[in-house]
Amino acid sequence: MSIEAKDITKKFGQFAALDHVDLNIPSGELVALLGPSGSGKTTLLRIIAGLEFADSGTILFDGQDTTHRNARDRRVGFVFQHYALFRHMTVFENIAFGLKVRPRNVRPSKEQIYAKVHELLSLIQLKNLSGRYPSQLSGGQRQRVALARALAVEPNVLLLDEPFGSLDAKVRLELRRWLRQLHDEVHITSVFVTHDQEEALEVSDRVAVMNDGHIEQVGSPDDVYHHPITPFVYNFLGNVNLFHGRVDEETPAIHNAATGNLVYVRPHLLEIQRHPNGGSNFRAVIKHINSAGPLVKIQALSEWGAPVQVELSQERFRELQLLKEETVFIIPKELKVFHKKAI
Amino acid sequence: MGSITLAAGKIPATRRVATAATGESGAVRWILIGVAVFFLALFIFLPLTIVFSQAFAKGAGVYWASLRQPDALAAIGLTLLAAGIAVPLNLVFGVAAAWCLGKFEFVGKSLLITLIDLPFSVSPVVSGLIYVLLFGLQGLLGPWLSRHDLQIIFAVPGIVLATIFVTFPFVARELIPLLQAQGQEEEEAALALGASSWQTFFRVSLPNIKWGLLYGVILCNARAMGEFGAVSVVSGHIRGRTNTMPLHVEILYNEYQFSAAFAVASLLALLALTTLAVKTVVEWRARRQLAESAAWSEERQVV
Repeated sequence: MSIEAKDITKKFGQFAALDHVDLNIPSGELVALLGPSGSGKTTLLRIIAGLEFADSGTILFDGQDTTHRNARDRRVGFVFQHYALFRHMTVFENIAFGLKVRPRNVRPSKEQIYAKVHELLSLIQLKNLSGRYPSQLSGGQRQRVALARALAVEPNVLLLDEPFGSLDAKVRLELRRWLRQLHDEVHITSVFVTHDQEEALEVSDRVAVMNDGHIEQVGSPDDVYHHPITPFVYNFLGNVNLFHGRVDEETPAIHNAATGNLVYVRPHLLEIQRHPNGGSNFRAVIKHINSAGPLVKIQALSEWGAPVQVELSQERFRELQLLKEETVFIIPKELKVFHKKAI
Repeated sequence: MGSITLAAGKIPATRRVATAATGESGAVRWILIGVAVFFLALFIFLPLTIVFSQAFAKGAGVYWASLRQPDALAAIGLTLLAAGIAVPLNLVFGVAAAWCLGKFEFVGKSLLITLIDLPFSVSPVVSGLIYVLLFGLQGLLGPWLSRHDLQIIFAVPGIVLATIFVTFPFVARELIPLLQAQGQEEEEAALALGASSWQTFFRVSLPNIKWGLLYGVILCNARAMGEFGAVSVVSGHIRGRTNTMPLHVEILYNEYQFSAAFAVASLLALLALTTLAVKTVVEWRARRQLAESAAWSEERQVV
């Protein structure tokens, strides 16, 4: 089922959480709402769910206006950041809840409910824990139960609010791969909110980057990462070096010109050489080297005194044999220029 | 409710740490314990024994006879009626008030909490007097009421009203902290899963507060049955008609019918003992529920 949010505005007192936001989510896609806290992403999700209502604008499900329908009638599966499992019910009862509360004429039989719950329990790989209470489960297990509970009612769309936010790093990684896999199997239109760019880029079909109540850019992970259209997006999706540069038509050069444009370069797109190449290079002194990890992270100080981060491959680092306090030349391989006016 | 063992296990561990530095010497310890036991004996056990021994002073026959006296039966009936009306009403009011205070933010919230506490802070006699001033013959609504032949003061309605007023805070007070600790996510989850508001309330919200609620109801009931001051002002002490048990005890006592007075009093004492026993069990479960809710929300905040 496709979701369309049109011109959504929502204010909390004086604070505009969402300011004329438009978003289209095609049927069957897994879309990430990515942004820092306070950017309005959770509010947008809750408005799509019907847990919150917009001050103005419309929400369409498959072209049908659902703006004024409440959460109960929208048939959405909502997964909360803190699980919101029913603490006095077992895992089984939690998952069965949505089926048991249906009006009698559409309620499945006891056997059907049992079968459905057990199907979901094996999907979340918790078949042997069906009699446990939520407080007896780990965070990752709770979140999977919450997901199964949401899926039990066969919702039109699945909405997840920071689903992995409360989990530790390892479980988080595992669970988000599992979510991606699950989505490939179930193909339910899904929206999930996250502030973790890596998570958004890895899991989703499309990413909507939000900032300050606006959507800055919507696109495939590849698109938003490699072709960011605003400085915010570029900045938010990964580490970045910011320079004030003067841009010539062919070869943008980085200088210390305060009046120039803003030039962004990702740390791994900077190359280090011992000798000047006569072009767009600048001099820098190496201050710190961290070679633990897949990439070697180098912090340097540019000739005009600004800190610069460079990431090199281990091979290249070994080849260069760089040392602390050494003076080198840094060459941007690829840079992104934003004209000052645009900002 | 599995983490209970965990939560309960923590408390004694910290309590047991009476180290040499903070502990008292043997003599001091025994003196303190002795003083406590002495006061308990003097103020609780002694009166209780006297109530029962006086009640049975002239034998079990007199005891039963004084309880079967029509006036005594009427007093018991009236007390049960007043509590039977006041407790369910305050249960509903209490849950509603606690719900709106515990789950929502709005202007005037603290004022409302203060108002709910009002019956606690006002002397019961004054609350009774308020009703006399409102509904009495010389009162604000008195002329209108008498024109329509409605009697509230010196009649059963007045007693019920006074009882409701005095016992109003118990349920609400008990539930507000519990509901605040629980937040709203479970209700939202239930709604999103297609539950109606009633289903959400009965299947999700109510089970989460049931022990706290029961605790509030027990306290409310004990007070409703034992209330003296406010009821005394509005009752008019008409024997067999507007006397509740506490009032009946007073009248009998003033008429030097000690055995009968203590017989009725022993019923109230029994009620108190039962309440205490039930309360202890329920309180323990309620505290567990609150601790669990707090632990849950703490877990939420750790993130």
